[in-house]
Amino acid sequence: MKYKYLVAGLLAATALTSAASAADLEVTHWWTSGGEAAAVAEFAKAFDATGNKWVDGAIAGSGDVARPIIISRILGGNPMGATQLNPGKDADDLIAAGLMQDLTELATAEDWANILRPKSQMDSCTLDGKVYCVPVNLHSGQWMWTNRKVYEDAGIAPPTNWAEMVAAAPALKEKGIIPLSLAEGWPIGLLTEDLIVAIAGVDTYVSVYKDRNLDLARGPEFGAVFQAIDAARQIIDPKTVVPQWNDAVALVIQGKAAANVMGDWAGGEFAVAGMVAGKDYDCLPGLGVEPVLGTGGDVFYFPKSEDPEVTKAQLALASSMVTKEVQVAFNLKKGSLPMRADVDLSAANDCMKKGLEILDQGTKVFPNNSQMLDRDSLNQINDVMKEFFSDLTITPEVAQEQFAAIIEAAPK
Amino acid sequence: MSEMKRPNPLLRNLPAKLATSPMIFIVLVVFVGSTIWTVASSFTGIKTLPIFTPQEFYDNWVGWDQYVRLWKTPRWITSITNLAIYGILFSGFAFIIGFLLAVLMDQKIRAEGVFRTIYLYPFALSFIVTGKVWAWILNPAFGLEKTVRDLGWASFSFDWLTNRDMSIYTVVIAGLWQGTGLVMALMLAGLRSIDDEIWRAARVDGIPKWRTYLQIVVPMMRPVMITIFVIVASGSVRVYDLVLALTQGGPGNSSQVPSMYIYEKLFVGALAQGTAASSMLLLATAVILIPWIVVEFGKKSRG
Repeated sequence: MKYKYLVAGLLAATALTSAASAADLEVTHWWTSGGEAAAVAEFAKAFDATGNKWVDGAIAGSGDVARPIIISRILGGNPMGATQLNPGKDADDLIAAGLMQDLTELATAEDWANILRPKSQMDSCTLDGKVYCVPVNLHSGQWMWTNRKVYEDAGIAPPTNWAEMVAAAPALKEKGIIPLSLAEGWPIGLLTEDLIVAIAGVDTYVSVYKDRNLDLARGPEFGAVFQAIDAARQIIDPKTVVPQWNDAVALVIQGKAAANVMGDWAGGEFAVAGMVAGKDYDCLPGLGVEPVLGTGGDVFYFPKSEDPEVTKAQLALASSMVTKEVQVAFNLKKGSLPMRADVDLSAANDCMKKGLEILDQGTKVFPNNSQMLDRDSLNQINDVMKEFFSDLTITPEVAQEQFAAIIEAAPK
Repeated sequence: MSEMKRPNPLLRNLPAKLATSPMIFIVLVVFVGSTIWTVASSFTGIKTLPIFTPQEFYDNWVGWDQYVRLWKTPRWITSITNLAIYGILFSGFAFIIGFLLAVLMDQKIRAEGVFRTIYLYPFALSFIVTGKVWAWILNPAFGLEKTVRDLGWASFSFDWLTNRDMSIYTVVIAGLWQGTGLVMALMLAGLRSIDDEIWRAARVDGIPKWRTYLQIVVPMMRPVMITIFVIVASGSVRVYDLVLALTQGGPGNSSQVPSMYIYEKLFVGALAQGTAASSMLLLATAVILIPWIVVEFGKKSRG
């Protein structure tokens, strides 16, 4: 008798799961700040509307915290339904091992190659002619954010570039205001790269990071960059360094700090705080030196599943992420640029419009760091820069040589 | 007597051997097997995916390259130094403070249960919670430093958390706050197991109390002390989450510990570098532990 009930129960359970021809997908990502959480809710809403269920797997911290967790789960045979990563080399080994779902069919059917731009993002998702990820947005890291009111209250004209910001620092410090807020960890690496781009120029940056030009890395162009970073670390009081990037942005929003260097994702935080670009705050692409745009951003990968229902749900999610409606809703909240050129962005704020203009020109666009260097080398560069920032006894020359040695040792 | 057949030594205590066989199997396969794999793969150049066949090991073999890179990395040198500082200070102070607290607790004080609970409570918290709480207390912007300054002592400064020379000591402070209670409880149990007769005899002989503790009680507590030492020392080698919550390894890399380096490298495409670092850590532990094991257990078998 007992067995009969058990068998009946099991049958009923299987019947139930197969009757609902939809699946729950756990989606891991590291979007946890206010603006980011609002944006990711748009993805969840659109996916739930397809009859499937979005199970949110947010990992607090940053990409540096989340990436090892994501990769160890996929390697360890406990994959999620879908996961955020950055475009570039992070997932190459996993794809080569056959652990990732091939999206080529869907990409061809929906003509991603033509509706999504710039081309570099699709290239990053394509390995040996097959598409493995879907790019959802375009982020550039080369922005300086300033609070206009703080400068005006101090009787200083709001700066229009990096040099003016540095020049205004002593006067602000006297008034007890942090001239440049900074967060611990990867934001220091970001500031470094932004200064490379602003001071040495895009071509030099790409030449060193992508083509591993060691003469440039050890030469005077990069020497000037390290001198500028040296000037930056002199105006930052170590006591004011905060743990997370959004804390550093919040200091600018609250008027406790005057400026911050952060990617365009900071725009989402200003929007959540109800501030208006051009009136309450300024956003300066390329740190105000030259308007340029790195093609960073986010992509979603789908670890391979044995269950056909899950695979179906994965394709449904990939498809919904690039629809016009979702692209607009998501990117407005995220403060990033949409992957599609054919969407209506009249609701975009001034900062996003600046970014779109640069993107449309096309010539001022350059690859993201993770598209040029492997993650291990990028982390080593971050380690060098973190030390350089916190230890004033390290000279710019020593830091430059350490940096060049990492570029030299990086795998091709 | 001498003609009696000697029992096969393999069959002696057979039930006991059978009962422990799953444990022996796990130790051999999981611990020894994984250790061998880790050390072997540290001589390869593997990036993200683990390898298992001899052919793959042969194809990826790079010799000592990973170790050369490891010892050229300033962050690793800092990590190892920090582990030594933390290990010595944490173990030492946990021992001394724990013992003193236990002795004080042993003086037949009133409401002993209340005090014991208070001292043991931090141990019930996870390292993450401990780390976060101390990160708030020690944060100069709104923690202890600001509170004391607001009270009127304007020049008061306690910025260890943001001072790269002192940050590792904040980890020691938080670790002690959490771990001392356990050492105290174990020590107290050890003290209570000392026969009252010994105390009476010492009193009759007119030996002062502090000498009784130092020269009679402490030597008698040797087994307890060794257990505590193993717990405390292995706990300090594993330190990871406390640092992550308290300092994130900062400022800069000044409070990094080896386990943070190992974990990061294992999963960002530098698997072999991670296994090389963990092999180094294993070697360091072995160098300390093996002489002690030889001395401690070698003595007993000689009977």
